Amino acid sequence: MNHQATWRETWQAHPLAQAAGRFAANPLAMAGLLLLLAMLLPVTCYPLLPGAAPNAIDLTALNAPPDAAHWLGTDGVGRDVLARVLQGGRISLIVASSAVCISMLIGFMVGAVAALGGSVANAVAMRVTDLAMTLPPVVLLLVLASVAGQGIAPTILVISLLSWPVLARLVRARLLELREREFVIAARGMGGGAWHIMLRHALPNCIDVLIVFATLQLAQAILAEAGLSFLGMGIPPPAASWGNMLNAARSTVVLEHYPWQWLSPGIALLLTELAINFVGDGLSAALNPRSELG
Amino acid sequence: MLYFIARRVAAAGLMLVALSVLMFGLLRLTPGDPVSAYIDPAVPMSEADIAALRHRLGLDRSLPVQYLAWAEAAIHGDLGYSTQHERAPVRALIAERAGPTLLLMGSGLLLATIGGLLFGIISAVRANDWLDIILASLSALGISAPVFLVALIGLFVFAVRLGWAPAGGIATPGVPVTAGDVLAHLVLPAAVFAITQMTMTMRFVRGALLEALGQDYVRTARAKGVAELSVILKHALRNALLPVVTLVGANLGAAVGGAIFIESVFNWPGMGLLLVNAVEARDYPLIMGAALVIGAFVLIVNLLTDLLYAAIDPRIALR
Repeated sequence: MNHQATWRETWQAHPLAQAAGRFAANPLAMAGLLLLLAMLLPVTCYPLLPGAAPNAIDLTALNAPPDAAHWLGTDGVGRDVLARVLQGGRISLIVASSAVCISMLIGFMVGAVAALGGSVANAVAMRVTDLAMTLPPVVLLLVLASVAGQGIAPTILVISLLSWPVLARLVRARLLELREREFVIAARGMGGGAWHIMLRHALPNCIDVLIVFATLQLAQAILAEAGLSFLGMGIPPPAASWGNMLNAARSTVVLEHYPWQWLSPGIALLLTELAINFVGDGLSAALNPRSELG
Repeated sequence: MLYFIARRVAAAGLMLVALSVLMFGLLRLTPGDPVSAYIDPAVPMSEADIAALRHRLGLDRSLPVQYLAWAEAAIHGDLGYSTQHERAPVRALIAERAGPTLLLMGSGLLLATIGGLLFGIISAVRANDWLDIILASLSALGISAPVFLVALIGLFVFAVRLGWAPAGGIATPGVPVTAGDVLAHLVLPAAVFAITQMTMTMRFVRGALLEALGQDYVRTARAKGVAELSVILKHALRNALLPVVTLVGANLGAAVGGAIFIESVFNWPGMGLLLVNAVEARDYPLIMGAALVIGAFVLIVNLLTDLLYAAIDPRIALR
């Protein structure tokens, strides 16, 4: 009797489902995912609550240590540190995820053009990525920030300009190999145009590279935003970001006497970074099972 | 080999030229007319005077001509004048700050390499043991922790709370500078720098040493009855160490980034702090000069490590 595969069997045979299974079996990756969700839930939901007031000033509690009214204490003008950590996390995540999306778009396009567009396009694209990778990342970040200025949009722009070359190289390497495969040659032979090849063949075959890049790059982008804001560029006050809250600790008084004001965003940043890195390593191992053998 | 050297040097030279074009382009992208930096707002100037000044500064010429003039001056060490620091020449400011940065990065990288080797060997020898797991967890923490957070915590714990180290700067102000005083100021930032840079080396040494320990010549040495310590240090480690040479070069970019944050937390008067202050003050000539010098430094060190590695392992040059 002819066996008709159920949707469940079809899904279970799918490579992504098998990768998901490997991911679920990795304790570190799952711990990272749980920690990330535990961080994301309050950060994304808190600012939507009616009582959220990250900029509200409590004049009766300036530089107050943590207590029942302000769980993580208050800062120098009486703003609740917990509220600002949650609000700051939201801004950091918005900036970082937008920057990752833009750099994925640029990185994929440049990589695809380099691999599929002939030798001149290849040479130009690769020299441009070389150039972008020559300067130390933090130096490039500072130089770009000095031209772009402060604020959310310039910061997103600066961070996305920083990170695309790595992806462009990964995509190019993947597509150079793909280019010679029969199904791509067949698609070309049947008259498939550049967009068709790029969207229907190149993109699906880069999906694992893109997923791992997006995750690990999210950690890098959060770090870049925090670093820029910490140095006084990036997100300007009064908007909260983990970086500009840490910037307060560049004053000796805050560093010495009000550690809750900078330790709170610092620990939030550290936990988020750890969680994302665990998830990213787990994803990379789950999507490339062969790399574990090497 | 000669062909390999020539190709690498030429590639590095081209990158340096491209870098300078990028810097010059960014410099000209900056908001505001460069001529306004020369005009004292308190003294009124006529349009004709401004045009004359523009002509004298060469700002009325085409961009490629301006670039060539700028590049020629830059080759001769003239990187222009800072808009702060009482208009000091950029070259003098950079020369003054290069020493402290080299001191910090040199001692930090030395500590990081020693520590990375030591902990890498320990975790490879005790692979999958509790000690290895602890070291692996610490290195995961080290890779995720932002440099400035580690620096702040180090400053808070060791300088503020315990009072073991001075709280920043390169020397005690108001007294003659002595080597011992500078060393006391150096220990904490260099240690923080080493801790944040150590994890890469450690992971790398662990992987390379584990691979070497699985090789036939190690089994032969053990079978001959060579003592275990001698097997690890003489047979396995020697062969595992080769790629560590390239690691310093490859990580230099990240290390420079770390040094920038550490300098600004510890108020260490180096290139990083100079660059950060220049960005804060929108001092474009200084920003571009400092970035160009840092970029050239990284390019040259990368070139040297490439060549050194090829000299140690000739197989590299043949690729």
